[in-house]
Amino acid sequence: MKFRRLKAIAVKEILQVWRDPRSLMIALLLPFTQMFLFGYGVNLDLKHLPVCTFDREGSQLSQDLLKHFQATQYFNIAHNAKTYAEITAAIDDGQCGLAIVVPPDFSERINDTGTVPVQAILDATDDNTANIAFGYAAAVVEGYSNDVAVSWMDRQGKPLQQIQPMVVQSRVWFNEDLESRNFIIPGLVAMIMALVGAQLTSLTISREWERGTMELLVSTPVKPIELMLGKLMPYLVLGWLDAAFCLALAALWFGVPYRGTLFALFVTTSLFLIVVLSIGYLMSVLIRSQVGASQIALLVTMLPTTLLSGYIFPIDQMPKVIQGITYLIYSRYYVSIVKDLFLKGSSLVELSTPIIFLVIYASTVMLLAARAFRKRLD
Amino acid sequence: MNGDRLSDPEIVAEDLVKRFGSFIAVDQVNFSIGRGEVLGFLGPNGAGKSTIIRILCGLLRPTAGRALVAGIDVARDPERVRERIGYMSQKFSLYRDLSVEENLKFFGGIYRVPRQQLPERMRFAIDMAGLGGREKALVSTLAGGWQQRLALGCAVLHRPPILFLDEPTSGVEPTSRRRFWDLIHSLAADGVSVLVSTHYMDEAEYCHRAALINQGRLIAIGSPDELKRTALGGELLLLECDSLGPTLAAIERAPGVLDCSVFGSALHVLVADADRSLCELPRYLGDKGLPLTRIDRIHPSLEDVFVQLIAVDSAKRRIAA
Amino acid sequence: MNGQASPIVAAEALTKRFADVAAVDGLSFTVNHGEIFGLVGPDGAGKTTTMRMLAGVLPPDAGSIVVDGVDVIADPEEGKQHISYMPQRFGLYEDLTVDENIRFYADLFEVAADVREERARRLLAASGMSQFRSRLAGQLSGGMKQKLGLTCALVHTPKILLLDEPTTGVDPVSRRDFWRILYGLREEGVTILITTAYLDEAERCNRLALLHSGRVLYCDTPTALKEHMPGALVVISSPSGRQVRSAITDLAGVSNVILVGDGVHAVVDDAERRIPELRDALQRANVPFTGIAVGEPSIEDVFVALLENNGAAQ
Repeated sequence: MKFRRLKAIAVKEILQVWRDPRSLMIALLLPFTQMFLFGYGVNLDLKHLPVCTFDREGSQLSQDLLKHFQATQYFNIAHNAKTYAEITAAIDDGQCGLAIVVPPDFSERINDTGTVPVQAILDATDDNTANIAFGYAAAVVEGYSNDVAVSWMDRQGKPLQQIQPMVVQSRVWFNEDLESRNFIIPGLVAMIMALVGAQLTSLTISREWERGTMELLVSTPVKPIELMLGKLMPYLVLGWLDAAFCLALAALWFGVPYRGTLFALFVTTSLFLIVVLSIGYLMSVLIRSQVGASQIALLVTMLPTTLLSGYIFPIDQMPKVIQGITYLIYSRYYVSIVKDLFLKGSSLVELSTPIIFLVIYASTVMLLAARAFRKRLD
Repeated sequence: MNGDRLSDPEIVAEDLVKRFGSFIAVDQVNFSIGRGEVLGFLGPNGAGKSTIIRILCGLLRPTAGRALVAGIDVARDPERVRERIGYMSQKFSLYRDLSVEENLKFFGGIYRVPRQQLPERMRFAIDMAGLGGREKALVSTLAGGWQQRLALGCAVLHRPPILFLDEPTSGVEPTSRRRFWDLIHSLAADGVSVLVSTHYMDEAEYCHRAALINQGRLIAIGSPDELKRTALGGELLLLECDSLGPTLAAIERAPGVLDCSVFGSALHVLVADADRSLCELPRYLGDKGLPLTRIDRIHPSLEDVFVQLIAVDSAKRRIAA
Repeated sequence: MNGQASPIVAAEALTKRFADVAAVDGLSFTVNHGEIFGLVGPDGAGKTTTMRMLAGVLPPDAGSIVVDGVDVIADPEEGKQHISYMPQRFGLYEDLTVDENIRFYADLFEVAADVREERARRLLAASGMSQFRSRLAGQLSGGMKQKLGLTCALVHTPKILLLDEPTTGVDPVSRRDFWRILYGLREEGVTILITTAYLDEAERCNRLALLHSGRVLYCDTPTALKEHMPGALVVISSPSGRQVRSAITDLAGVSNVILVGDGVHAVVDDAERRIPELRDALQRANVPFTGIAVGEPSIEDVFVALLENNGAAQ
């Protein structure tokens, strides 16, 4: 392998990317827009849910309960209904997704037996939202219920320790919102790198076939391995810049706490980049049309990464068979590595298992790509 | 350069100019074509031949100047022009997945050939192309020469008095090419005016007159014979010898020699007076120990003419600039 | 022309099929050291396919190729060290400048920087392109693109040059520059194999092979080829070409009558015998004519006549 040829190929590739607006857009604009779109757009939390209330008692206690709903940022009282019919209409209209009905004997039963059920009516056309809304509502009620219990204990002269555990639980529940973003954003970086990386390299070989420059290139003594390494190197550098940009955004703009070492991040990100760049290159070798190669590259990166890498949908919630399949998804390893690096600050040793998988992946794809390239016109 | 003015010409271009942004594709072109005349547009790729043809067809608007086709101003009334012309584009524009007949019917419809006349016109086109018996064949199964003749047939279904053919002989065999030119001549004999563009210089021999186009300018127009006789400013000799290199060097300095170049295994020499040089050169070279094995007068090719004219034109432009 | 008649390129019984069509069908020829050899024929004759096989980028279905002592089919990569290939379609990078393209190919062949610089300067000057060195290749005219392609092909001083239709559609001045460079290379001992669809360009070669439908119709020098022409070419100058044609087409010994701008060309089997007969026929038919004489046949005339003999007309 001659280094001079490798360098010549790398230099040419850099010049061409620099002068090609499409490549530059993919490299610079795409990660930027994706980070902001998904970073702000994908939000598993819900706030200011419109609620409809039906206070059948109208006592101070019942109003107290409903004030708890108003006080949290999760709910907004949209409408105070006077009948069940009104509630149904409000839910049908979409005015609210949740209705809280306080029974007419609310205060009486609390003072009597100490427990009273409160009715929650949900619009479950959006299953996810309904479940989360119900969870929040239960938490609000529980919080209120604690306050009632505390004051009752007080009046009874009973000690407070008995009800402590319940208070702690409600706090964890309420902090969920911050954590969902902390989980999503690192995974988002993985998805963006997979998308951008493969798109960049998917064009490189097929473009030369389409433009006719490959015919001349293969008539020279250049070797397939020289071609591959020479072409990948500039994209690796570009990939580093993109990854650094996205990760910096994650830590500094979105405020996801980073607890690992920069060295570990560099090593693991490089490995992942090599994998996705090689995948794009392989597509470019196998498919001699630019449009075809970039589309297949998109298919092979975005879909598996979005659905099966653990980026949004937790792997351990999937059926066992699918879980087995995720071992073949390269982004799964990087997603778990990045999450661990951000939130747990794991060391390279602790991450050895996913790292080894990435290394196997990288070598296999590169080998395939080098062998698949034929210096022939047919 | 002024073109000829024929009596009652079918096609006239007056100071035609076409600019695309800052690029001047057609630069002050003047010419006219008479009834039944075949004019060849010769020039390399990118010279502006196709652009001029498109202007004459009403497909492009001229930036300046005027073009009249069958007496109609193409810029003002392009639709009417199109009824009077037939056009055959570079890639033949036939539908490859339709049959011969279907293509003819389609173009018959496009050109609005009257119903009663269509079968007879189709017969004419099929006979002209030699495709009798193959009416149902798909165009994609026909070889290049057949497609070319069929495309010509489609272009004349409506009996246009004017025909524009844009590089019609690209990629076609010599025998087919000749047959094609034969067809063009029969159409011309029936009174059709034909404008053909080509980058094969030797095809100029098939035309009544040839116009040489280079970088948007029309640098010469005349019959092939005229052009060869007048343009070079000298006469051409062929020399064969044993050592090309030294002989070439010696010839360059010989008296009466205007230009010389290698051609294959021989030398082409442009001289001011052929008769004189035929006597003097063998002696001149013999004295230097460079004997000749052959010296003959030859006809210049149109390419020689073209190169010479381009040089003259460039010199003129430099002086004018 | 002193050249050793030692073959440096030998193609034997080459065959290449695409689907059911044989693009190249049992093609054989040899090229001698230091000569300009033309593969001449119309589109579809198999020229580009043959060149690609010689360059080692397309393996043949059958046959053998030996280039400078290397078996190209067995070891195409070794073959590539001995040749320089210029494909028909512009193969350089339109988004790179003239200089960057030259540099790229020089690096691919590991040419030292000072050698590259000197050669590039010389070749670009010969092409009239010295002031365009920092222009993007995509912005060059057709003729300049071809000259740039040639420059890149020559920067590593190859022994054998394979040029596929380098002058098609190119302006005559550039074509002339191009051939001047080729003749200069021939003086330096470079062997050049060139394809063209311009039959008249064949005359510029030392030897040529006429191709048709993937086979070699004929292979020799242009002069020998013309002598090989069956019969003679007669040129009749007349303002009424069609009438001339009708008058002489059915005469004995007359064939291939074609109309040209200022008259008619015809092929006769025996000029001495037939010319008086033609004269008589024209006078009898009262067709005006200004001259009848034997003319030198063009390569195209020979080609068509040979094809007819083979019964291969379309």
